[in-house]
Amino acid sequence: MDLKAPHSMGTTIIGVTYNGGVVLGADSRTSTGMYIANRASDKITQLTDNVYICRSGSAANSQIVSDHVRYFLHQHTIQLGQPATVKVAANLVRLISYNNKNMLETGLIVGGWDKYEGGKIYAIPLGGTIIKQPFAIGGSGSGYLYGFFDQAWKEKMTKDEAEQLVVKAVSLAMARDGASGGVVRTVIINSDGVIGNFYPGDGLPLWHEELESHNSLLDILNASGPEPMNI
Amino acid sequence: MSSIGTGYDLSVTTFSPDGRVFQIEYAAKAVDNSGTVIGIKCRDGIVMGVEKLIASKMMLPGSNRRIHSVHRHSGMAVAGLAADGRQIVARAKSEATNYESVYGEAIPVKELAERVASYVHLCTLYWWLRPFGCGVILGGYDRDGPQLYMIEPSGISYRYFGAAIGKGKQAAKTEIEKLKLSEMTCREGVIEVAKIIYKVHDEAKDKAFELEMSWVCDESKRLHQKVPDELLEEAKSAARTALEEMDAD
Repeated sequence: MDLKAPHSMGTTIIGVTYNGGVVLGADSRTSTGMYIANRASDKITQLTDNVYICRSGSAANSQIVSDHVRYFLHQHTIQLGQPATVKVAANLVRLISYNNKNMLETGLIVGGWDKYEGGKIYAIPLGGTIIKQPFAIGGSGSGYLYGFFDQAWKEKMTKDEAEQLVVKAVSLAMARDGASGGVVRTVIINSDGVIGNFYPGDGLPLWHEELESHNSLLDILNASGPEPMNI
Repeated sequence: MSSIGTGYDLSVTTFSPDGRVFQIEYAAKAVDNSGTVIGIKCRDGIVMGVEKLIASKMMLPGSNRRIHSVHRHSGMAVAGLAADGRQIVARAKSEATNYESVYGEAIPVKELAERVASYVHLCTLYWWLRPFGCGVILGGYDRDGPQLYMIEPSGISYRYFGAAIGKGKQAAKTEIEKLKLSEMTCREGVIEVAKIIYKVHDEAKDKAFELEMSWVCDESKRLHQKVPDELLEEAKSAARTALEEMDAD
């Protein structure tokens, strides 16, 4: 077990727009090689009152980028005299990601609400491109979600539909991706403000071939489980 | 001339005993000697107009541009020393493109005005620089609607409904105040600005002049551009007619 390996967030991160705002979602696993350094991390970080960022890839890199952007956005807000727009926040992230592409390894999703454009999601993957999308997925777990979103995504969802979609998607990815797991955190941003939600791992639905979690070995012994193996 | 500096006016870094910086006031005089420049904010945009006093009959009409586009959505009309004005416009253009390359969106007009004002003010802080001898009217249309700012040689910048600088500024301001700007469209505004400039032009003191106008409004798709030729001609003839009617009394 290499405990000196850099902390990486295998991760599943998602950002989705709905009719009136955005919903951001993420898993909570931070791994150091095979060891889970933090099983309850918060990968959705605040940049301003109305803009949040989902972090994936290197934990250190993504944190430092977020810190820098938060600093610049704060100054920008003071100069402008009003809250920064999601577009500006995303562009500052892009500037840092692109100009330091040789040194950074982090995929980010910026989401928020402002009074000019409403709810918006911007994806900033590894090279530092910036792309505005109605929904975005990222991290190692996202590979298992492309087909799912192709089928399940629709425009103009309500807030609850959007959040349910995000939670379902993150939990599906967690079931298949070893580097994603733990709990599901969501952040909903709209004109009324920001609401953060928490969905514990054992509350999530069980997918194909997933086993129920148990608190004690005795429960397994008492339950009538599958037949013992016949050799 | 109002007052003599008597020794306190040799440097921009010297205050007079009554708290004035004479060099800045002298710079403002350079602006007052120039042709009138007007800007108004209408319901759907900004209109700016300049009374370009023609120095020589040999000059080609349309040369000596006094109104410059700073960015897609904003422009500046300059009064005073033309060369100083060129510097300010260059700086404004540079600020606008720099902002866009960092923040990924067009610079808000308020931010642009503040940056230009800072730059003009900068040149009033050091003895090895002289203040800019020009005043600027900045008009732009961003996501907060049309906005008009005026920046003076001292570095002061305020937001206006209507602004005037140059020779005929007092008379022009009186005329502008008579207008109902919040109900006017830019099409109507162009005619009004032309009328005002023709009216405040002093036939006795100055010889010929050329009218230069620009606008940024819904009709121009929120882009800063010269007023279209036919509208400009319409405005000029309306202004001449109005002048004749006045003279006829």
